[in-house]
Amino acid sequence: MAEAVIHVHPAGPVLALVGNPNCGKTALFNALTGSRQKVANYAGVTVERKEGRLLSAAGKVLRLLDLPGTYSLHPRSPDERVTRDVLYGQAPGEKRPDLVVCVVDATNLRRNLKLVLAVRRLGLPAVVVLNMADLAEARGLVIDTQALSRELGLPVVRTVATRGTGTEALRALLDDTRTWQGHGPVPTPAALAAATPDDDAGDHHTVSQILQRLGLDAALPQLASDRIDRVVLHPVAGPVLLAVLLFLIFQAVFAWAAAPMEAIKAGTEAVGAAITATLPGHGLWRWVSSLLVDGVIAGAGGVLVFLPQIVILFFFILVLEESGYLPRAAFLLDRLMGSVGLSGRSFIPLLSSFACAIPGIMAARTIGNPRDRLVTIMVAPLMTCSARLPVYALVIGAFIPQRRVVGGFELQGLVLFLLYASGIAGALVVAWVLKRLTAHGQVRALMMELPAYHLPTVRNIALGLWQRVRIFLRRVGGVILVLTVALWALASFPTPPEGATRAAIEYSAAGQLGHLLSHLFEPIGFNWQISIALVPGLAAREVLVSSLGTVYALSGTASDAATALVPIISSTWSLATALSLLAWFVFAPQCLSTLAAVRRETGGWAMPAAMALYLFVLAYAASFITYRLALAAGLG
Amino acid sequence: MTPPAHTPPPTRIPLTDATLGHLVTVAAVQTPAGAPEWAGQLCDLGFVPGEPVRLMARGLGGDPLVVRVGHSTYALRRAEAACVWVVSEAAPRG
Repeated sequence: MAEAVIHVHPAGPVLALVGNPNCGKTALFNALTGSRQKVANYAGVTVERKEGRLLSAAGKVLRLLDLPGTYSLHPRSPDERVTRDVLYGQAPGEKRPDLVVCVVDATNLRRNLKLVLAVRRLGLPAVVVLNMADLAEARGLVIDTQALSRELGLPVVRTVATRGTGTEALRALLDDTRTWQGHGPVPTPAALAAATPDDDAGDHHTVSQILQRLGLDAALPQLASDRIDRVVLHPVAGPVLLAVLLFLIFQAVFAWAAAPMEAIKAGTEAVGAAITATLPGHGLWRWVSSLLVDGVIAGAGGVLVFLPQIVILFFFILVLEESGYLPRAAFLLDRLMGSVGLSGRSFIPLLSSFACAIPGIMAARTIGNPRDRLVTIMVAPLMTCSARLPVYALVIGAFIPQRRVVGGFELQGLVLFLLYASGIAGALVVAWVLKRLTAHGQVRALMMELPAYHLPTVRNIALGLWQRVRIFLRRVGGVILVLTVALWALASFPTPPEGATRAAIEYSAAGQLGHLLSHLFEPIGFNWQISIALVPGLAAREVLVSSLGTVYALSGTASDAATALVPIISSTWSLATALSLLAWFVFAPQCLSTLAAVRRETGGWAMPAAMALYLFVLAYAASFITYRLALAAGLG
Repeated sequence: MTPPAHTPPPTRIPLTDATLGHLVTVAAVQTPAGAPEWAGQLCDLGFVPGEPVRLMARGLGGDPLVVRVGHSTYALRRAEAACVWVVSEAAPRG
């Protein structure tokens, strides 16, 4: 007897939002569903799946699916392939939509209507939403909605998604049973697959005629966006403006995040202290208390403290994205990125990686070319993530004197900047090497739209931020928490025997592992304390600081540990060791959370293993060279 | 009697050679052997014979380029823009 897989779907008709990129689809989705959205993944691919609940005018509950933007039903990237598969009813685990809502950018009808025609050929019930109607009117484009509806044979609703205008009319339309009826027979997937390029030429011709009949085929006059672009895309002013913007963003990320980060640190410490105070301190309770305070709170809390920086960085990224500036930045950087085999689109994932590599790696999904995407993922960890900062701050604070050098720069700040620059330089070199090994003269496509500038809406930014925060928190609550607890166990068991004189951690599994590792790390100048502290540091890079505190048998809170460590390490470590540790952390291969994210995004263990290996080799080599040079210079 | 002025046929040039800011018309889209999918993609974006096109900006060193076709603006790599042949009306000689 043959078996068949039955997909059981939640009840309710499914609507799909389809449209070109930048047509305001997401704004419409937000306006229709509010915060009743769920973000997940399509089965088998790392493409974001956004579904929300929508209420029709009569109160009927409908499911709304925001499909990735596409220019046509001939996919160019995994995103677009998902849209096509869902519409054809071929996406695994997805029900074919009952109604397709074609979102059209009213200022760009010529290109947007082609997709509408392709969708219409699918035979599914469809509705056209004429979005950005306000912008069109501002440009003097008068579109007769009734006439357009007649030409297309589909209902047309005029909307301004960012203001919510027209959504009521759309909801009312969804209660009309005629809307849900298709147009003629639905072609089989085989018949659809046989669609030829002639269809496209035919579509183009049809659209031209429609526009002609509506009186909309005039060439466009100069736009305000063009005037702005004259500066933004200027060969000299453009890059300067970009550099200034990036500098300001980084300043803001560190300056604005300082207070919230202190608040979070104080909060986690308060919770830790409360737990230690309330739980009885003997027997099994000691372990429970230690697990909660030293394991969960210290570990996961240590990663959570970076949430303000991530939020601020993503705020700026979203503002730049909503305003339309990001594609211009990608354009300006394309030459530089292209010379090392990256795409201009790698800019956003790499920028995000400065807060934490995990959201940056996830953002690489927007890169269509699989090779470029992989390379971007592989070099993302080299962007100096925030987790390295506590380590840098500790070592610089202990070893680099506070002195002003040439040009009035603070030596400590200069060293920090050098460390950042090394990370970026390392990434460029690695990308270039990967290009030599894998690109083989591949000519990469760009074909990136530069949408018109517009003012970002608060609502969209808030919703976008909220979604990203939720994704990050899920990670912390998931993988990172599990890893932290596992490492806490390694660092607490076996317990020290009676009469033990050294720090408790030395007797544990992590301690023994660290002692073993110290043989491996001796040539690069790491003493056994550093070697042990690196083991808990596997959970997240910044855990090294609190682990060092534990190893030097310090008691008290994490920030106490950092301030107390400075005199200890400055008197017991050599400058060569300190520099070697800094060099190691530029590459810092030991972040398991990053590797877990890479495994999820690439769907296998090969890439995370390769990443761990190459980062380890580079880190070891850099530390080795730094240490030996420093020794030779008499800094040992 | 002077012979009638002979207007030369409009010259076809690749989009990369167009003058900044001048309105030209797409004549044909040719794709390089190494990237056969570019034909369909450029067509999807709107590069179809008869469409008005304007070269808006050039990056440093001529790559990439910013092109307006129809009502949309795109950043194209030099190699991609070179696939698009445009007609730039040559000035009639009098």
